[in-house]
Amino acid sequence: MATVRLRGQLEKLAGGVPQLEIEAGTVSELLQQLERDHSGLEGWILDERGVLRRHINVFVNGEPAEPQTAIDADDRIEILPAISGG
Amino acid sequence: MIELLVGTRKGLFVLDGEPGSRFAITTRAFVGEPVDYATRDPRSGRLFAAVTSPFWGPRIWYTDGDPAGEWEPARGVALPKGGREALKRIWVIVPGEAPGLLYAGGDPGVLFESRDDGATWALNKALWEHPTRPRWRRDSGGLSVHSIAPWPGDPQRLALAISAAGVWLTEDGGLTWSHGNAGIVADYLPEETRAHAIDLCVHHLERARLQPERLFLQFHGGVYRSDDAGRSWTGIAAGLPHDFGFPVVLDPADPDSAYVIPVTTEDRVTDGRVVVFETRDAGASWIPRDEGLPQDDAYLSILRQSFAATGEGSSLELYFGATSGEIFGSSDAGASWFRVAWRLPAIASVRPG
Repeated sequence: MATVRLRGQLEKLAGGVPQLEIEAGTVSELLQQLERDHSGLEGWILDERGVLRRHINVFVNGEPAEPQTAIDADDRIEILPAISGG
Repeated sequence: MIELLVGTRKGLFVLDGEPGSRFAITTRAFVGEPVDYATRDPRSGRLFAAVTSPFWGPRIWYTDGDPAGEWEPARGVALPKGGREALKRIWVIVPGEAPGLLYAGGDPGVLFESRDDGATWALNKALWEHPTRPRWRRDSGGLSVHSIAPWPGDPQRLALAISAAGVWLTEDGGLTWSHGNAGIVADYLPEETRAHAIDLCVHHLERARLQPERLFLQFHGGVYRSDDAGRSWTGIAAGLPHDFGFPVVLDPADPDSAYVIPVTTEDRVTDGRVVVFETRDAGASWIPRDEGLPQDDAYLSILRQSFAATGEGSSLELYFGATSGEIFGSSDAGASWFRVAWRLPAIASVRPG
């Protein structure tokens, strides 16, 4: 199963758990499963349409990933707010 | 001591002060995030903030304690899952006329209801699924339910204003909705379509507490009054320097009262002078109220949720904020004004706590 690291608001919404293990084939499947496992996260990463929120970045093993990016069992996933400013 | 809840592009500011002098910033919350609206429910004391996080999306947050402390995200403030649209913003939160009942309006043209003092919310499906919805028009501010006017003492009756989908009325607690647009003239539409237009850009709507069948609205070009609970409207902008504006505020003690802040049609800011206009004869005449307000080189943008009142009658207090970060107040029903605060981020809403 892939390891998902949560920080800040997401960690709090998941009940204070900083790291989770989820089995999924793609980033999109993983995020949907994450919401099913932790209802407090519902709507925070994916909007009502199931679309990844615009300013949220998902990294797989440190590399930027897309919803369709494939995930292997030993991958490390991080979900982080994007850089902002200006 | 007056508490002001000020929603800004960079967080919530809570100000405290005495009328006539600069208010102190006592609390900041949601630092760096857009707070589109903040209000306190006087029944429960609960404080609400509508925050549109650029990262996590729009939410209603609430706290029963110190606003500098922990806030809870309300549940259920979302559109149906798996649809084609996502919630974009919450524009307004208003206490209803039954214990624990609150309403919230948002974009895309949605109404939420809570029956547990704002902890959980449900979408009003009759409005969401209204057959005219495909004809509602998104304006530059979105498709927003921004004004919610309960009927004092009757939770079955409610008026909404939607930009740009006009005035909506229910008399059965939100099970069915009807239009209340007769008499409103949208001069931004071709003449031949105006009579049956549904995409009416109401900027703000308020109901007179002591005469609930009377409402006032600021339109996208025009100020109107209704004496039949919002079913039909009469233009009352004659005498104003501009008929464009965003907020409208009433004196709860006087159903013939209204206050507006005219801005130019072209650039939607004050025309170099900041003047609040007051009527005490239901719009037959308007009195300029500018003592203490900037009268030179003042081009302020005052948004629809940034003007509010507390108290009533001769002790009516008025407060409005601008996107320039200034707030002005009056403790004598608009006769004179003072500077409440300045150098804040762009102000989206001002509400007495």
